[in-house]
Amino acid sequence: MRRRAAGLGLLAAAAAVPLVVRSEYVIGTLTLMCFFAFVGQGWNILGGYAGQFSFGHALFFGIGAYTSSLCFLKAGLTPWVGMWLGAAAAVLVGLVTGHLSFRYGLRGAYFALVMLAFAEIFRVAATNWDYVGGSFGILVPLQGHAPRLFQFGDKRYFYYVILAMLLAVTWAVARLERSRLGYQMIAIRENEAAADALGINPYRVKLAAMALSAAVTALGGAFYAQYFSYVDPTIGFGPGNSIEILLRPIIGGAGTLWGPLLGAVLLGLLGESTRGLVKSYAGLHLMLYGAILMAAVVFLPRGVMGALRSLGGGAAERARA
Amino acid sequence: MSADVVLSSLANGVMLGGLYALVALGLTLIFGVMKVINFAHGSLMMLAMYATFWLATRAGLDPYLSLVVTLPVAFAFGYAIQRAVIAPVLRAPEHNQLLMTLGLALFLDNLALVVFRADPRTLLVAYSQTTVPLGPVRLNLPRLLAFAGALLISGLLWLFLQRTTLGRALRASAEERDGAALCGIPVGRVYAVAFGVGTACVAAAGAMAVPFFYVSPEVGNTFVITAFVVVVLGGLGSFPGALVGGLLVGVVESLGGLYFHGSLAQIGIFALFVAVLLIRPAGLLGARHA
Amino acid sequence: MTLIEVRSLSRRFGGLQALSQVSLALGRGEILGLIGPNGAGKTTLFSAVTGFLRPDSGSVWLDGQEITGLPPHAICRRGLARTFQLVQPFPELTVADNVMVGAFNRTRSAAAARRRGLEVLALTGLAPLAGRPAHALSIGLRKRLELARALATGPRALLLDEVMSGLTPTEVRETAEVIRGIREGGVSIIVIEHVMAAVMGLSDRIAVLHHGELIATGSPAEVAQDPRVIDAYLGEPLADWSA
Repeated sequence: MRRRAAGLGLLAAAAAVPLVVRSEYVIGTLTLMCFFAFVGQGWNILGGYAGQFSFGHALFFGIGAYTSSLCFLKAGLTPWVGMWLGAAAAVLVGLVTGHLSFRYGLRGAYFALVMLAFAEIFRVAATNWDYVGGSFGILVPLQGHAPRLFQFGDKRYFYYVILAMLLAVTWAVARLERSRLGYQMIAIRENEAAADALGINPYRVKLAAMALSAAVTALGGAFYAQYFSYVDPTIGFGPGNSIEILLRPIIGGAGTLWGPLLGAVLLGLLGESTRGLVKSYAGLHLMLYGAILMAAVVFLPRGVMGALRSLGGGAAERARA
Repeated sequence: MSADVVLSSLANGVMLGGLYALVALGLTLIFGVMKVINFAHGSLMMLAMYATFWLATRAGLDPYLSLVVTLPVAFAFGYAIQRAVIAPVLRAPEHNQLLMTLGLALFLDNLALVVFRADPRTLLVAYSQTTVPLGPVRLNLPRLLAFAGALLISGLLWLFLQRTTLGRALRASAEERDGAALCGIPVGRVYAVAFGVGTACVAAAGAMAVPFFYVSPEVGNTFVITAFVVVVLGGLGSFPGALVGGLLVGVVESLGGLYFHGSLAQIGIFALFVAVLLIRPAGLLGARHA
Repeated sequence: MTLIEVRSLSRRFGGLQALSQVSLALGRGEILGLIGPNGAGKTTLFSAVTGFLRPDSGSVWLDGQEITGLPPHAICRRGLARTFQLVQPFPELTVADNVMVGAFNRTRSAAAARRRGLEVLALTGLAPLAGRPAHALSIGLRKRLELARALATGPRALLLDEVMSGLTPTEVRETAEVIRGIREGGVSIIVIEHVMAAVMGLSDRIAVLHHGELIATGSPAEVAQDPRVIDAYLGEPLADWSA
């Protein structure tokens, strides 16, 4: 009960912010935080809950961003629909890469690398394919304030959209956590052989996790493309993007519901504070993220949520990682 | 396509392949000894390249001669990194090890970005354009020197691993960590040496590439992704595998660039990478079945 | 009335013939004890029966249907569950959640799985520990959890691999009671055990493996007298010496 009240309070506060704060900068920061929490949650489904770490999730992000932008650019299809086409395409690609990986029993570093390789394949392909803009990428034609086309004159609308998306995915993952599939994913993460012996089909469950993860990440990519009105092969499929996607859930706590959000808030605050500190240095915040990641691996191996849980002591309620 | 062009491309591929092999050797040594996939390998290469660049432009040291300085420093740097950053996670779950080297790569790459800025630099030495004739083709001297250097260092590394006590200790620790410790081998220090040597290898490769390649914060990554492909192709932890794999990839890339659009060759290499991982990952699927 | 039938199962690992033409049967409602010196091939047999290993030759039948070569999860779905000699809990999950994973084998509903889980916890005496994370359990309790989790899958046959080794005498007695209770509930059981007194008292029949071969089957009393069995446990030189 207290949790629900806290959650609703947070939601109300988040929704109220644009009404109170005028600064575009703050709204923009919050928007990005929600965005990273959203795609981070997408990664979390496969990496955190099912325990299959992917170092190439930009693959799905890029597919979502490119698909929705292309559909708009070439066919005038509104990104509100295009984003779902992107999600579908990502699921398809996810099923193929997942089938190849899981059918052959790839795990750990090998799986992480294979996903990176797939993302790189798409990046190189996109860079050299003129139809999708080559290395210049796609500039989403600006239409001013056009809600039907997922474009808004006032950036605050974007904030509400991503906030809603974040809410939806958080609710969905909370349901997943308590569902049969969720339990099975976690079992596979904890001990695949034992899970197998209990009637759980590792290949099918991992594939399901991959599909869900791909869909969510792609939707995030589509949002990004609309928010910035631009996507190119590096932004879409680059390894830097893959790293940014996994950073928040890892720091916040992989395999937890609030991990991605916590990570997004922490890293977002950190990023903004350093930006204030040393304005002209590109890459400083990433450098700090790298240092934090290294520190987290040693001192917070299960992320902030993991540390909080250990501090909180016993497993009284659901001590699910 | 005339034979000369093909031969020239082949020669270039071999020379480049030698460099790839050296980078891969460092990576495979680190993996072979401590089972860690070093995502920061490219970052280390990049740092060596910047060091070589500055030594050349500020102190007038020839890139090949400055190896005398760069190699020991690279070794020490690698040794220190292993002790400080890798050692704490050697007994942690595998994904934490991956994340650690990933974090290191992120840190070093962006440190370079902050300190050196993003603009690529190039170094021209007196002999940057000199060519050496070999039969029908003319070989670019710096590339030839880099190739020779790569071969020399690989040879020295092999001698080190096979003929010295420390080398044997490295191989022992690679095969059976606890057993080696029980025999009195200071495994922690051995690991650090392995990481130092691996770093020195990739630093040498980077330093020697400076005269004919550009230097920028993300240059290491291009090389290292190729190195990963080489290492997986040749077999993680395999010395001859890294050599053969490196030459193979260098030649395929070069010849591929002749006949196909450059990017197809790249994609082809990644596809090969995926195929090898799926079909013949060479002994490290890490099956956890009871 | 045979529930499980193993026909001429063989399996070698390189130079070692781990299983050699092993044939045995588990009757409905029966508790079969599987004993033999270390390295006899008992766990290998379990692995071959439950799909973790492919036999080189021979077949395994569950209730008249062949299950040879099926993957473990398929075999579990058909009603054959096993525990592991080296316990394999889900460390981060609570005891209740661990068991729920097993319960999901028979139901899609989380509520039903939870109910079944709690039932099984009560049956196995683990109810007070429901909220404890599995990694915090002692080895004896982990073995009990392993048993409970396998039971939650709703099996017709249960293969228990050394669930009593490393336990105190009290724990051994408790576990034996639990196993009897499970049999009362209609589950047939094969028990690998080294704790002789326990397995002899618990089993309806005993099968003895030695160097991958089945050397004796029969009632506990018969098997205890069997000279081949005595030989196997004491080793040949001693038998020669006494002859």
